[in-house]
Order: sequence, then C-alpha cells, then structure tokens
Amino acid sequence: MKRWITTTDHKRIGLLYFWTAFCFFLVGGLEALLIRLQLAQPNGHLVSAETYNQLFTMHGTTMVFLALMPLSASFFNYIVPLQIGARDVAFPRLNAFSYWVFLLGGLLLNASWLVGPLFHAPHWNVAPNGGWFGYANLTERQFSPGPNIDFWLLGLQILGISSLAAGFNFIVTILNMRAPGMKMLRVPAFSWMTLVTQFLVITAFPVITVGLVFLMFDRFFGTHFYVATAGATPLLWQHLFWLFGHPEVYILILPAMGIVSEVLPTFARKPLFGYTVVVFSGVLIGFMGWGVWSHHMFAVGLGPIADSVFAGTTMLIAVPTGVKIFNWIATLWGGDIRGSTALHFAVGFIAMFIIGGLSGVTHASPPADLQQTDTYYVVAHIHYVLFGGTVLGLFAGIYYWWPKMTGRLLSEPLGKWHFWLTFVGMNLAFFPMHLIGLLGMPRRIYTYTPELGVSALNLVSTVGAFLIAVAILVFLVNVLRTRTHGRPAPNDPWGGATLEWSIPSPPPVYNFSVIPTVASRLPRWKTERHEPMRDPPAVPPAPIHVPPGSWWPLIAALGLPVLALAPLTHTLWLAFLGAAILLVGIYRWAFEPFEV
Amino acid sequence: MSEQSGEPPRGAGPHEHAHPDAETYLRVAAALVVLTVLEVGVFYVPAFRPVLVPTLLVLSALKFSLVVLFYMHLKMDSPFFSFLFGAPLLLATGVLVALLFLFFGTLTLRGAAGAG
Amino acid sequence: MTHAAATHHTSMGLDSRKMAFWAFIGSECLLFSSLISTYLVYKGRSVVGPSPHEILNIPFTSVSTFDLLMSSLMMVLALAAVQRGDMKWGKIWLFATALLGLVFLGGQVIEFTEFVHKGLTLQTNLFGCTFFVLTGTHGAHVTVGVLWLLTLWVRALQGKLGPGQALTVEITGLYWHFVDVVWIVIFTVVYLIQ
Ligand code: HEM
Ligand SMILES: [Cu+2]
Repeated sequence: MKRWITTTDHKRIGLLYFWTAFCFFLVGGLEALLIRLQLAQPNGHLVSAETYNQLFTMHGTTMVFLALMPLSASFFNYIVPLQIGARDVAFPRLNAFSYWVFLLGGLLLNASWLVGPLFHAPHWNVAPNGGWFGYANLTERQFSPGPNIDFWLLGLQILGISSLAAGFNFIVTILNMRAPGMKMLRVPAFSWMTLVTQFLVITAFPVITVGLVFLMFDRFFGTHFYVATAGATPLLWQHLFWLFGHPEVYILILPAMGIVSEVLPTFARKPLFGYTVVVFSGVLIGFMGWGVWSHHMFAVGLGPIADSVFAGTTMLIAVPTGVKIFNWIATLWGGDIRGSTALHFAVGFIAMFIIGGLSGVTHASPPADLQQTDTYYVVAHIHYVLFGGTVLGLFAGIYYWWPKMTGRLLSEPLGKWHFWLTFVGMNLAFFPMHLIGLLGMPRRIYTYTPELGVSALNLVSTVGAFLIAVAILVFLVNVLRTRTHGRPAPNDPWGGATLEWSIPSPPPVYNFSVIPTVASRLPRWKTERHEPMRDPPAVPPAPIHVPPGSWWPLIAALGLPVLALAPLTHTLWLAFLGAAILLVGIYRWAFEPFEV
Repeated sequence: MSEQSGEPPRGAGPHEHAHPDAETYLRVAAALVVLTVLEVGVFYVPAFRPVLVPTLLVLSALKFSLVVLFYMHLKMDSPFFSFLFGAPLLLATGVLVALLFLFFGTLTLRGAAGAG
Repeated sequence: MTHAAATHHTSMGLDSRKMAFWAFIGSECLLFSSLISTYLVYKGRSVVGPSPHEILNIPFTSVSTFDLLMSSLMMVLALAAVQRGDMKWGKIWLFATALLGLVFLGGQVIEFTEFVHKGLTLQTNLFGCTFFVLTGTHGAHVTVGVLWLLTLWVRALQGKLGPGQALTVEITGLYWHFVDVVWIVIFTVVYLIQ
C-alpha cells in the first residue's frame, strides 16, 4: 500500500491513472445511461429537469477531463518512457504529483453528487449543471446560486494544474530522455503525438484557467467579468473557453491517433506509411488547432468576415486530418494483416473517425451550422469523434499494451465480442442523433414531445447506449478472467517494432537492463539497411539505481482541494491551511534527497 | 514549479562561455533605464500624441527583448530555448491580436460597439 | 559548452530542469496574454467611473518599474557571482534582488490602497475588475519570486548554496526576469497607453 502511495515509478503511476480514469469512465457511462433512459421516450419523467442538467454536465465534464484525458495519460506514463528507452520520466515526483492532483480534483468534482445537505439543498445532488462548457452568464451567481458551478470551476482549476504539470514533464521526457541514437525522427508515432498533445496542454490550459478565475471572482468576490449590465459581455467567456476548447479536442484525439499509428503497422507487419508525414501533419494539426476556435460561436453573430475566416481555417484543418487517414489506410494496404482485437479497434477508429470528421466539415460552414448548432447533430459529431475516435483508439491501445502492462494477454474471443458489441452499439446510439438533430431536437433538453417525430429514433439510440454498456461489461469480464486465466505474455506477443517490446512483460522497475542504442526507426524489425536490435539481457550486468518513493507529491497535492474548500464553504482558515500544506509539501519535496 | 527549485546539485559547474560578464549586464541595465526614461518622457510630451502608441510599443518591445536576450541568456543559450519561449509567445500575441480584432476591429463589420 | 553535458546525459544536451522551466515560461505567456487581452477588450466599456486616466499615477509607477528593472540587474549579478564562486557577493545580490522585489510589492500595496480611497475597487467597474486581477496576478508572481529568492538566500547563508547550484540560481533568475518582462508589457499597455 505504502509502496503505491509513495511511488514515483512511471509504470505504477500509469496503472494508477488507468484504474482511476476507468472508474470515472464507468461513472460517466452510468450518467449517460440515465440520460438515455430519460430520453428513451417522449415526455420522460425518470429524472427532474434539474437532475438532468446535472447529468449531462457531469457526463461531459467527466468523460473529457476525468476519463479520456487521464486514460491517455495512463499510456503516456506507462508507454512513452518504454518507447523512448528511458528508465523513468524526467521528473518522477512531479509525475506522482500530477496523478494525485488529478485524483483529488476528480473526487472533489464528484463529491457534488452527494453533499447537497451540507449546502442546505433539499436534495443530495448539487452537481454542476451548466454544461461542460459552462456558458456565462448562466453560470453567474445570480442565475446559478447554488454550489453546483463552484464545484465545477474549482474542480477544473485543480485538474488544470495536474495537466500542466504533466505537460512540462512529458515535453522534457520525450525531448531529453531518449535512448542514444533515437533521433527525433526515430521517435515512435505515439510518443510524437504525445509530445504535440503536451504542447497543446501547456498552451491551452492557461487560457481556460484565466476564464475560470474570472468566473470565480465574479461568483465569490463580486466582479463583473461576464456581467452584461456592467458593460461586460458573456462572449468573453465563450472566446476564452473555446480558445482552450478547440485545442482540447485535439488533446483528446491526438493520443488516440498515436495509438492507431502503432497498432496498424504491428498488425499489418508493415512500417507506418509516410511516418514523417504522419508526424508533421500531427504537428500541423496542433498549430492549426489554435486558429479555429470561433467555429463554436458561429451562432453568436461575429459578423461575416470573422465567420468566413474561421470557416476557412476550420475547413483547412480537415486537410492534415485527412492526410493521416490516407496514411493509415495505406499502411494496411497490401499488409500481412492479422485480425487481432487491437487491430479491430484501430480500424474501427478509422471508419468512425471519418464519419465524425465529415460531420465536422458540414458544420464548418456557418450557414449550415446555424441549422445544426445546439441540436443533436452536434452531439452526433462529438460522439463519432470522441467515442468512435478517442474511445475506440484507447481500446486499441488497451488490447495492444495490456500484456506489456500486466503480463497477461486479454482473451481474443471476448475481445472480438467486446469490439463488435461496441461497434454496433455506438452506431445505433449515435447515428440516429444526426437525424434527431436535423429534425430539430435541441441538445441539453430534458424531454421532448411526441409531435416532434423523433421518438423512435431516440429509442434506437437508447438501445444502442445499452449495447455499449453490455460491451463494457464484456470487457470487464475479460479483464477479470485474464487476471487468473489469461495467457502469460512473452516480451513481445505481437512482433512489435518499438523498444517497449524488447523487455519483459511487465517490465522490471528499471525497465531496461542496459539502455539500448537505437540505429533505426523500427529498431526491432529487419529493414533493408538494419538488422533487428539485440534485446537487452534479462539480468542487468551492473546494479541499477532506482529512486525511492516520496510522500511529498501526495502531501503537496492535498493542499489543493483544501484550498478549494475555502471558497466552497466560505471558510477563510481553510485557505491558510491549504496554502500551508502546499508549501510544506513543496519545500520538503524540494529539499529531500532524491537521486534520479 | 518546485521540481525545479531545489533539487540536489548536479554539479553544473560555472560556465564561462555561456554567459556575459557583469559589464554587459550593467550596460543592458543602463539601456533599460534610458528606455524607461524615454517611455515616460514620450508619455508627457504632447508632440508625441499622434504616434504615442506605436512609439511606446516599440520602446517596450526593445526592453522586453533586452531582458530576454541578455538577462535570460536567450542570445547565447541553446536556440531550442528560444523556440520553447518563442512559439508560445507567438501564439499568445496571435491570440491577443485576434481578440482585439474580434472585439473592436473591422473584422466584425459591426464597429467597436457591436461585438457585445 | 552546454551546461549539462558535463553532468547528466540528456538527448538534447540541455539540462532538463531548465528545459521544463522554459516550457513553463512559455505556458505563462498564454496566461498573461489572456489577462492582458481581457483588460484591452474591456477597455472603455465600463459603465461607471473612475477610468484609467483619473486614477493611474504614472510617476509613482515609473519608480516601481525602475525598481523592478534594477532587481533584474541584481539578479544577473547574483548569478554571475555564484557562477564565479564568489558567495559573499552572491548572498548580497540575492538579498538585494529579494529586497527590491519587496519594495515593488510594497509599492503595489500603496497603489492599491490609494485606488480604493479614490473609489476604485475590484467591484467598481470593468476597469477595476480587469486592472486588479491582472496586476494582482503579476503581484502574486512577484510574491512567489521573493519567497523563492529568500529561500536561496537562506540556503546560501547556511552554506548550502554554492557554485554547484548555479543552475538553480539561473532558473530562479529566469523566473524573476520573466516576471519583470511581464511588467514591462503591463507598464506600457496598462499605464502608458491610456
Ligand atoms: C475534421 C475535423 C473537425 C471539424 C471540421 C470540426 C468542426 C466542428 C465544429 C464547426 C463544431 C461546432 C459545432 C457547433 O457547435 O455548432 C464542432 C464541435 C465539436 N467538435 Fe469538432 N470538428 C472536427 C473534429 C473534431 C475532433 C477530432 C474532435 C474531438 C476529438 C471534435 C470534438 C468536438 C466537440 C467536443 C464539439 C462540441 C463542443 C460542444 O459544443 O459541446 N471535433 N466541431
Ligand atoms: Cu472546435
């Protein structure tokens, strides 16, 4: 227990991220099922309108910040150091700090489901209820008097700190901790996409932090950042949020693109087609992702010139995205394909992501978007890219790297069941949403009348959602079975080309008994010019120093939720206590002997 | 950013080549003072009214660059650090300019009052 | 030539802490540009006074600006001293940097108090909101910097800071100069361009 709490080992932290994020994924999934039950038929009355608002807000917030981002982070943690031939990340304790801050921030957010009585609310749930983008000025105290939005803005600020810390850490790790010979253009695609993602994180998160700080000041200290009567405009919030929000969608998709770029070559036994192009289009997407944010604001009336500019940039960004898709397809083309579960998910990713990308391009055009925005059509788009894209990509990664991370292979037959149920389920759940939206059903409305003519489609969608739930159950069964019955994994169950497959599964604490020297982009494959590398010996020839654990990242992290409780409960001394804990944690951390 | 603040020494020795000497530092400081005096001076001289904003922006950009190049050593340090700083700085400036356009500029075709 | 080459092997031959710190500074650029953008897009939108030219005290702030610039000079002198192994002057300059930082903070306290007396608070109007949050965030950064500098100074007094820790001093300096650079921008954009 203590070994896990004080751990600074990237592999353990990766597993902690995985299980924590997976639990949040299940919570977010339950919220989705409740939403779908409510909408299964017209005039539904399973939950109240207020609870419904909390459900869709927490569903979106949880899935984005507590499930998908940290699931990606679990692979950054576990896999990136292995792929680049390092013994750990650049700052192991900062890494532990990121994890604990994430956990505590997630718990704080979700505590809002249960603490109503503490805030004199008539019910248990006082969860955030302003949508995952929390549009001002609905979120002002005047219109949202309860603690709901407070939980949201404080929770997100805490989670931002976690992401930022991890961002600096992984940028330095990937740039500076590569094994000898691993030039930047020999870095595996997944690690490359991680690098781009982290640059987006460290530039985008400060912007939303500022937006949230303004909101916090408005709600707690009576400022007027989003108060129209004081001359301010709620548009400021929309700009700050989407300046962050669009890079954020790439933060969510780029890691999955990276995973797919690893899985396809392995199971087609062919190098990634146009590796350099894939890498550079990833970088380009990262840059261009900064220039499109107002496509979320076509409906507010920015004027024809602004609308045209952002429509143009949005359509342009589809180009590097399309380039990647062609590269993936070309990787499969003529390959020696083995239809593993991981490959199923990766190919599913390509297909579903194409649909999501296409609907994205349809609302890149402002006149079309005016018909689509705030309807279920947009919900269909985001679920094709986030579920069909990110989640399928993550599952591809899970099946691919599970043996490396746990030492056992997940069952392939159950995996295929998992895939097909997910695939059919997601299309049943999300495809009808295109039609539901075009027929005029708005988002974020707790019910609808039979006259709208979308009842049957909604029922289909709900059935699809439950099919996805069954698929997730199959996955959980697979996981449990594998713990006891799974086939033990050799170093390299798939014939992978990258360094993580050259060491035992799961790897020893020190990862590499001898740090390999890399001579090619596919070090473990035979290419025209290179023989496959020799795997590091099973027993290290010399003793390897492994850093001890540390308590201080956890303690420093504990200061943050305490700080957040101060405004939440209007208790000043908690602010001092929180700051003191944070400071003590940081000082002890800075001055404890810790040799990396 | 405590990871940076006080880890045990890694024995990074003195690095003469990389950093300028005290004299350069003093010269830069003198330049900074002169530029600041100019800034405040320009502010008070009515003749500068029409070009006040561009003049001030140039002066402040000069000060900015002096500190970043000499005191933060970007001039002699690895160009990669310039990239790590410069790329986000470019984004930051881009965001600022874009927002100004969106709120005030003719980009909106609605004039200064309209954006709200 | 590169500092870390002699010590820890890194792929880019650059020290990891310094690299992380530059990335951090890059990230801070977006924090401050968001704050400054907000100040600018809300300029002139306040529905009640006071407005910037009625309140801002240019001579006073010019002195503060000068003070912060000089603290940056002290900081580079401190770094140069520590690098030469001259810890006597290293201590003096470190302390002087922190002291000038404290003077700046004192100036900010006086300035804020005066504004409040003249009727500009955080809640008065949009100018108050944006001005106090922007300059307050900067002040918070200065405060962290002062604490950091004093920590180094105490370590130096204890004999735990020497030429071996020059890199730590350099990174502290990066932070301090960045905070100064932000002030250079704020001084121009908020105070001089009214
Ligand atoms: C070809 C690429 C894409 C284009 C052209 C595109 C375009 C758009 C546009 C114009 C909107 C605004 C629709 C509206 O609210 O009226 C939108 C919304 C959205 N997109 Fe995309 N998109 C693309 C890819 C992606 C990807 C890869 C993701 C995430 C993985 C994503 C996630 C989202 C989300 C979450 C929203 C909804 C935000 C909200 O209102 O809640 N998109 N997209
Ligand atoms: Cu977008």
